[in-house]
Amino acid sequence: MSPRPAILSYTVGLGLAILATIASFVVSQTNLLWAPGIPVGLIVLAFAQIGVHLVFFLHLGSGPDSTNNILALAFGVLIVFLVITGSVWIIANLNSNMMPMPQ
Amino acid sequence: MTIATIDRAPTAVPTELARGRGGGGPASKRIVVAYGFWIFILSDIVMFSALFAAYAVLSGNTAGGPTGRELFDLAQRLHRDDVSAVVELYVRARGVVRRTAAAGALPDLRSPHIRARCGLSVHRGLGICRHGGEGRRALAQRAFCPASSLWSARTASTSPAGLICARSIWWPRSIAKGLRAAVLRRLLCWSLFWHALDIVWVGVFTLVYLMGDSSDGRSRARVRRPHAGRRRA
Repeated sequence: MSPRPAILSYTVGLGLAILATIASFVVSQTNLLWAPGIPVGLIVLAFAQIGVHLVFFLHLGSGPDSTNNILALAFGVLIVFLVITGSVWIIANLNSNMMPMPQ
Repeated sequence: MTIATIDRAPTAVPTELARGRGGGGPASKRIVVAYGFWIFILSDIVMFSALFAAYAVLSGNTAGGPTGRELFDLAQRLHRDDVSAVVELYVRARGVVRRTAAAGALPDLRSPHIRARCGLSVHRGLGICRHGGEGRRALAQRAFCPASSLWSARTASTSPAGLICARSIWWPRSIAKGLRAAVLRRLLCWSLFWHALDIVWVGVFTLVYLMGDSSDGRSRARVRRPHAGRRRA
């Protein structure tokens, strides 16, 4: 990549990343969003931030050079999803089936 | 059936045409190095996802200790104090420098007026430092609750991230050898590493700080009241 488009791409990435960060803080610190929707908003902003990082900083594009990297990433995402969802699901189930604690 | 190996592949195909889908010649070393490092980064992310899962499971059980939101609130107030202390120290130091410059020489240290001024400044400075230290101690005392699994999960998920950051700080020391191709590839991996670490931090920050801050569903107004008389574990 020649220097000028690279600098432009990094600048756009930096701007988008700062925007997503500010939005996350605003969502968590104000009553702008309906209160039960705040975690959902934060998760959506986190995914946007991760996408910005992957495309602009880790250069994970649609080109032939990144085909293998995207396949590996897809596998990693699957494992991460299984680990997190599985843990939360199993432990929440165990927790709800616990005997009531003596007060 | 013959198996095509790198040795038998046609060497006429230029390296730039190497495709991830099997066509073209062997990919350039830069691409291969970045791919191998990408696999390492993904394994790192899988490890952190296990720690996140532990945090998500454990963070609700505080055993009477402070909740995530209270910790975040305390830390924020502490940072505000830090910022105001630094600003005040800066303003004081600038005032001293400006007065010295205006006088054209060092002020006469024997005059009682200057002595009183210096004493006051030292006293204020010590006060600012002690104030910061007290805040930090109070935060540690309030936050430390060995029975709280929030405390364990928070420590377990944030300290490996801190360790891995600390380790990678002296990574680019090989620049001293000159910008050879191998050193440039190492720098490429370093940049990949930091940006992937950013992704991990997006997860840590969203889950531990931002969502820990807003997840117990109380209004901001109620949290703003003083923390006196709270039940301890």
